[in-house]
Amino acid sequence: MITPRYHREIPQRHRLEAGKCKQCGHISFPPRLVCPKCKSKSFETVNLSREGKILTFTIIRVGPDKFSKETPYVVAIIELSEGRSANAGVRLTAQIADCDVDKVEIGDKVKLVFRKIQDEGKSGLHCYGYKAVII
Amino acid sequence: MKEVAVIGVGMTKFGELWQKSFRDIFVEAALKAIENSGVDHIDSMYIGTMSSGLFVGQEHIGAVMADYLGVTPIPATRVESACASGGAAFRQAYFEVASGHSEIILAGGVEKMTDGADVTEALATAADQEYEVYNGITFPGLYAMIATAHMHQYKTTREQLAHVAVKNHKNGSMNPNAQFSFPVTLEQVMKSTMVADPLRLLDCSPVSDGGAAAIVCSLDYAKKLKKPYVKVIASAQASDTIALHSRESLTALKCVSIAAEKAYKQAGLKPTDINFAEVHDCFTIAEIVVTEDLGFFEKGKGGAAAENGVTSIEGKIPVNTSGGLKSKGHPVGATGIAQIIECYEQLTGNSGERQVKNAKIGLAQNMGGSGASCIIHILEAI
Ligand SMILES: [Zn+2]
Repeated sequence: MITPRYHREIPQRHRLEAGKCKQCGHISFPPRLVCPKCKSKSFETVNLSREGKILTFTIIRVGPDKFSKETPYVVAIIELSEGRSANAGVRLTAQIADCDVDKVEIGDKVKLVFRKIQDEGKSGLHCYGYKAVII
Repeated sequence: MKEVAVIGVGMTKFGELWQKSFRDIFVEAALKAIENSGVDHIDSMYIGTMSSGLFVGQEHIGAVMADYLGVTPIPATRVESACASGGAAFRQAYFEVASGHSEIILAGGVEKMTDGADVTEALATAADQEYEVYNGITFPGLYAMIATAHMHQYKTTREQLAHVAVKNHKNGSMNPNAQFSFPVTLEQVMKSTMVADPLRLLDCSPVSDGGAAAIVCSLDYAKKLKKPYVKVIASAQASDTIALHSRESLTALKCVSIAAEKAYKQAGLKPTDINFAEVHDCFTIAEIVVTEDLGFFEKGKGGAAAENGVTSIEGKIPVNTSGGLKSKGHPVGATGIAQIIECYEQLTGNSGERQVKNAKIGLAQNMGGSGASCIIHILEAI
């Protein structure tokens, strides 16, 4: 992670800011310049709900160097409660924190929480973002 | 558009090639292909490499390879489409010949993954760096999430995944260029180290070095050379969202079904007309999902097909006769070209022990990322 690259993503990672298309209502997370559904370029900023459910997951046993001290940890694809109706639908990839890795299941209800995700190099910034906890 | 043929191929052995450099690996494969084809020159070349910058700290691969192959000043361009870089390079060569711009093109692919880079991190750059990888997902992890979803939705079993590895190792044991040229048992797969649940070590393609090259020319030129050649009857490509989580389905690869539909249409064929296929089994689950999305099997039936031997060399639709990425090895950029090579060998009757009987039409499916790119070629025997 390089400082300016991290800094640019803070609104999304810290506050879950997304772009809601003014034309069709589709929510893009992270925000984009073009709506993938209707090609409109006009958006309003919205904050995502923090609750959702697990659609699929894995337990990472062999991690990249940066995360190797944290294995085993669960990463899941989560559908937030905005749902996935024709005009909405937000899914994201996040770690499931504070869990018994062997007890996680598809369909588990989760809540996104603010956590440290990784460090920039050996002595750089702490990089934050969202993880999920099972509720 | 001119009709396009492949008139010669060459590859290095895939594996941990400690004694060979990135550039020498490519040159070795390219020289073999040129010699095998009998051409006296090439007009240009395309080289598929996924991440030479991260793996060996070298970019500007077109020039490096033209220089070391001794073919300057011909045009030479590096093509990148993650794990589908080889297929993408082949497709560029196909276009250049089909357009009539050039007569003879070398399409190659190469990767050197064992020079000490953090391979897990380098491979993960094919996924969404900011919204997948940042949060700790790995490449095996992405396919593991597809596997979890597929097992949940279709009752695909852990054993069915293992059957893919067993079959591909059996095929690879008959391929002298394969990295893991030995069989494995179901039990070995099921007991191998867990990497990302439910995927174990023997569900994953290995870290490999290797190079592969094919000589592409017009059909008219191929006829004059009086050497074995095969015809390229379709070249298709499709893209999808970079992040797995953005896709409507987590159990289907839309880029595969869309590219396949285009390829079948171009060739005037149906899935049942394909005699054998080389598919992108970077992980065992990928072969199961891809064989479904290519239309070989109904959705959800890919696992049973692998278990019941439908995809074995003697089966109805042999898949990955070369050993696939799983056993042959997966030097990322070289993989798409190595698939073309297996099709060429099968279609010219040179596959020895692993020869498919009456192989007339072969399909090569090369995939990038967790399914954000797919490139399909269909080749036909003359
Ligand atoms: Zn829209």
